Amino acid sequence: MLRLALKMLYGDRAKYMMLVCGLSFCALLMSQQISVFCGLLLWTNATVRNIRVPVWVADAKVEQVNEVVPMREIEVQRVRSVSGVEWAVPLYWSLLQTRLPDGTFQAVQLTGIDSATLVGRPTKMRAGNVEDLRLPNAVIVDQVAIAKFAKRGIALKLGSTFEINDKEARVVGICETERSFLGQPYVFTTYSRALEYSPPQRKLLSFVLVQPKPSVSIPELLARISAMGGLRAFSSDQLKWDTFMWYVKNTGIPISFGTVVILGIVVGIAIAGQTFYLFVHENLRFMAALKAMGAGFGTLAQMVFLQAFTVGFTGYGIGVGIAALFGNAVLKKGEPPFYMPWQVLVFTGVIILLICCLSAFVGLLKIARTEAAMVFK
Amino acid sequence: MSAPTESHQPLAVHTAALVKNYGRGDNLVQALKSVDFEARCGELLMIVGPSGCGKTTLLSVICGTLGYDSGSAAIFGRDLASMSSAQLTAFRGRNVGFIFQQFNLIPSWTALENVSVPLLLNGVGRAKAEKASAALLAEVGLQDKLKVRPGQLSGGQQQRVAIARAIVHEPRLLICDEPTAALDAASGRKVLELLKQRACRPDRCVIIVTHDSRIFSFADRIAEMEDGQIKAVHGTGDTQKLYV
Ligand SMILES: Nc1ncnc2c1ncn2[C@@H]1O[C@H](COP(=O)(O)OP(=O)(O)OP(=O)(O)O)[C@@H](O)[C@H]1O
Ligand SMILES: [Mg+2]
Repeated sequence: MLRLALKMLYGDRAKYMMLVCGLSFCALLMSQQISVFCGLLLWTNATVRNIRVPVWVADAKVEQVNEVVPMREIEVQRVRSVSGVEWAVPLYWSLLQTRLPDGTFQAVQLTGIDSATLVGRPTKMRAGNVEDLRLPNAVIVDQVAIAKFAKRGIALKLGSTFEINDKEARVVGICETERSFLGQPYVFTTYSRALEYSPPQRKLLSFVLVQPKPSVSIPELLARISAMGGLRAFSSDQLKWDTFMWYVKNTGIPISFGTVVILGIVVGIAIAGQTFYLFVHENLRFMAALKAMGAGFGTLAQMVFLQAFTVGFTGYGIGVGIAALFGNAVLKKGEPPFYMPWQVLVFTGVIILLICCLSAFVGLLKIARTEAAMVFK
Repeated sequence: MSAPTESHQPLAVHTAALVKNYGRGDNLVQALKSVDFEARCGELLMIVGPSGCGKTTLLSVICGTLGYDSGSAAIFGRDLASMSSAQLTAFRGRNVGFIFQQFNLIPSWTALENVSVPLLLNGVGRAKAEKASAALLAEVGLQDKLKVRPGQLSGGQQQRVAIARAIVHEPRLLICDEPTAALDAASGRKVLELLKQRACRPDRCVIIVTHDSRIFSFADRIAEMEDGQIKAVHGTGDTQKLYV
């Protein structure tokens, strides 16, 4: 009977197509929008991913990586004194204006790394040498800087110069970074030179980057550092997550994406639910005939659920497939953001499943209420 | 029940003081007002009467697809009221075959698949069910239409598929509501001939509701209904009276 139930479904080609299209659209809308949302939020913690160290220490008031409360430099020494710390180095990070040769300005994320160890150095170099950062006035710019400057007609290359706060910066390397939420290019230099570029202030240290000793567990070390008072230590995963969640809680991003996702669900329920209801309604007379001929409620329920799940699976596959193709295409371009973890697939699947169950349930209710005697009409 | 019956044959259907109302209050329709009815194995019994007199309602009740308000109804000695709805469904699946005015063949299934449904519902495997169905379709003259969908068959052919579907699982009771109403005279006659030939057997009772006086001659007995009651039952000899 189940094989025949499927034939019944495929037999009504117009409704079958409409059901599959509706559910595909719903799955596509949901998975694509959630993926863009995840991608966008992933951009927010790009700095953590660009500077790969296990432990970050910041002022106790800091909640996420893009928010800096400057500390005194002495904090580096304090952190070094904590038992279990293998090494600790300073990091400067701030948004600064650069002045281009044509007199226009461009904001950059100036990132100053420890000049002795170069901890936090760019991981992927397109040109030049990270060690050259120790040369006078040297900076390394990322691919975003190249693109932004190119838009103004300036071809940045090794040896090019521009100004940061009236002080010269000379490009000694070009690196690749993970794109950030702020969209501003990363400019790497040494910590001490970053202080020269930045406007004079009493406190300039943004973060202390820490490598724990192998003998100590990270949570334990975090607790020890935070216990010193005035400081807050994060593991890199925790800082990523806190940053992610900070944007979820403090911006309108989740609401705008949530609206589209809910829209997707509503469209899915409206199209799929209604079409399925129509499908059941049109087949009601045949269902009643089967009932008269001895098909029990269990058999009819199996048939209806099989029909609903078949369109559900097909629609889900097509929708998520298209979303993945879209993601594949945009990831090559780098924009818009896209990140589709398995949770997105599960979530979308569960919603589609719920829509199918709901439709099947409503259809079954209709069938249950129908007297088998209606076939004589 | 005045007319003679072949009383040596076992009772197939029996009702006593059967009442069925539709709606309530001002909308109450008394479709069956105390119907005493019986049909025996081995006979082809027709129920006739003016439109709205309750023929379909009676048929629906005696095959267990519609509940009733009072009185009693039994098929092959089983009281319908004593069975749960699931039991009733299973009982129908085993013992009752249906032929409807609208055929009710499922459009997306082939003739073969439509015919095999009662067997599948009774738990017969697909291969066996299709083999039996193919043999029966051949018997009703449709051996070359096994893989054809109902939409591509003529009305008469569709009704022949429906007959095959109604008897493929060898039910003891065959219920037909206006089997010829949607057919022209010639096809209608053919369908009745086929029913008489293939479906009527000593151990089976065939009940046909009809308006079609052209087929009255096929009946063993004719029950005449009027306004929710059986007015008269005519034996084989006196069916002529009904031809107006
Ligand atoms: N589902 C229903 N709800 C309300 N009234 C109904 C319903 N079904 C039938 N009736 C009424 O019950 C009465 C008997 O109907 P029934 O269908 O049994 O008549 P019938 O003899 O089969 O008529 P026909 O020859 O036109 O098919 C009619 O008055 C009809 O209007
Ligand atoms: Mg009727």
